[in-house]
Amino acid sequence: MFRSKTKLLQLSVTLTACAFLLIPTIMSVLAGVTANYFQGISSGLTFKWVYQVWELYADSIFLSLWIAFACLISTLIIGLPAAYGLARHPGWLSRVLEEFISLPLAVPGLALALALLQLYGSMKGFRASWTFILVGHVLYTLPFMVRSILAVLAAIDLKTLEEGAASLGASPWQRFRDIVVPNAMPGILAGALTVVTLSIGEFNLTWMLHTPYLKTLPVGLADSYASMRLEVASAYTLVFFVLIVPLLMAMQWASARAQRIAQ
Amino acid sequence: MTNRHFVLACLTPLLIFSLAFLALPLVRLFLASGEGEAGWAIYLDILRKPRYLETLVLTVLVSLATTFTALAISTTAGMFLSRNQFRGRGMLLSIMTLPLAFPGVVIGFLIILLGGRQGLINQITPGHVVFAYSVVGLFLGYLYFSIPRVLLTVMAAAEKLDPALEEAARTLGASPYRVVIDVIMPGLMPSLIAAGAIAFATAMGAFGTAFTLATNIDVLPMVIYTEFTLSANIAMAAALSIVLGIVTWILLLIARSLSGTTVAAGG
Repeated sequence: MFRSKTKLLQLSVTLTACAFLLIPTIMSVLAGVTANYFQGISSGLTFKWVYQVWELYADSIFLSLWIAFACLISTLIIGLPAAYGLARHPGWLSRVLEEFISLPLAVPGLALALALLQLYGSMKGFRASWTFILVGHVLYTLPFMVRSILAVLAAIDLKTLEEGAASLGASPWQRFRDIVVPNAMPGILAGALTVVTLSIGEFNLTWMLHTPYLKTLPVGLADSYASMRLEVASAYTLVFFVLIVPLLMAMQWASARAQRIAQ
Repeated sequence: MTNRHFVLACLTPLLIFSLAFLALPLVRLFLASGEGEAGWAIYLDILRKPRYLETLVLTVLVSLATTFTALAISTTAGMFLSRNQFRGRGMLLSIMTLPLAFPGVVIGFLIILLGGRQGLINQITPGHVVFAYSVVGLFLGYLYFSIPRVLLTVMAAAEKLDPALEEAARTLGASPYRVVIDVIMPGLMPSLIAAGAIAFATAMGAFGTAFTLATNIDVLPMVIYTEFTLSANIAMAAALSIVLGIVTWILLLIARSLSGTTVAAGG
């Protein structure tokens, strides 16, 4: 099948890239279940390190899940109506607003975290609570939710559908609930999975916003990389992969589906 | 409630949130950058003081190297995967896109597993080969998260290319090399520039990867971090953040106007 030289070259570049991406991932999974990494696999397989991770970091895993859930609810409450509003009024003002809320996609999380710290760092109660981390996560994930829904809404003839419903006496709220939300569902699903995946993995903002009492999963990861033995760090990474990879695959599936509908 | 009022009400939560947690903090950050001893001349200091200038140059160089390497690898792989149907293609595609949402710290750790003291390369090669904490390690880390981003943009564009044009060029006697140069590359060019801008911007701002690998290397995100936490030089941290933010924002604006998509920054 791959007879020509060009194809062989292309194939080898592709396989090399795959190896580069996959091998360290496999190594970290193996290291997490190896009794002694320095001696190699022959030292035996064990779940000892995973247990140890659970004992040390269960709190941070639960905190991450909780923040991801709260982040999902917040981005839905803010993002779903906003996407509808932007879809109903496509003008330069909406474009500017969309561009503005998308800033966190472009501006590095470190800079955003510094900005938040500058303004709210002195409010001790807020600064020290988990809601401060939540604000950072919502800031970063909100544009994904809004754009995901907006792309689906922009592809359907919302105006005609709504006029039809209005002529039958539906109030704006009824039209939103019965027409907009069901039609936007593929976009909402794709957006929701993206928000949860990104929130669980968010590090750049969170590292600056967290306090010693509030460590999320990736903050704990950085912690274990710096201070734990390699097997524990790997086991923790393994736990993270087990959480994030299914979410990631679901997210890619949902996004592809939403994109097909939007076209 | 009239229709107009309802739509306005729909936008209110977004307006309040982005005013309170995006617009005002960014204004505050900008003002903070001018509150140091140097005043607004701090932006000149970035160019005048060797430490900051060297940081900028190094960050740009590593990011450029990452960008061009990722473009070369991902364009080759992307064209191959979108033009050939074979068993295992989906598998290869998954392997190359899954790292998209790995946080930068995890990628840093994966590079340590490759090139650290207990790393794979050091174990299988004779002698002492440790590169994880050098510029090479940083470059490989940046490459790790750039390959999936560039690949997705290139593949989206490759699927829109018309294979009939290549057929035509070949029937007219063009060599495979000329087909690539004269037909495929011009068609892909807007997406390649867009993908390059995304990769460059992401590498410029990558904090997580630098945080695990660049403890001894002065790249921009690490310098911002140390200025803020260790030196308490808040004005300089703010000024560097503003410069970094403007550069990455403009780059992604270019990317979006050329390809219509942006893949999340981060890393």
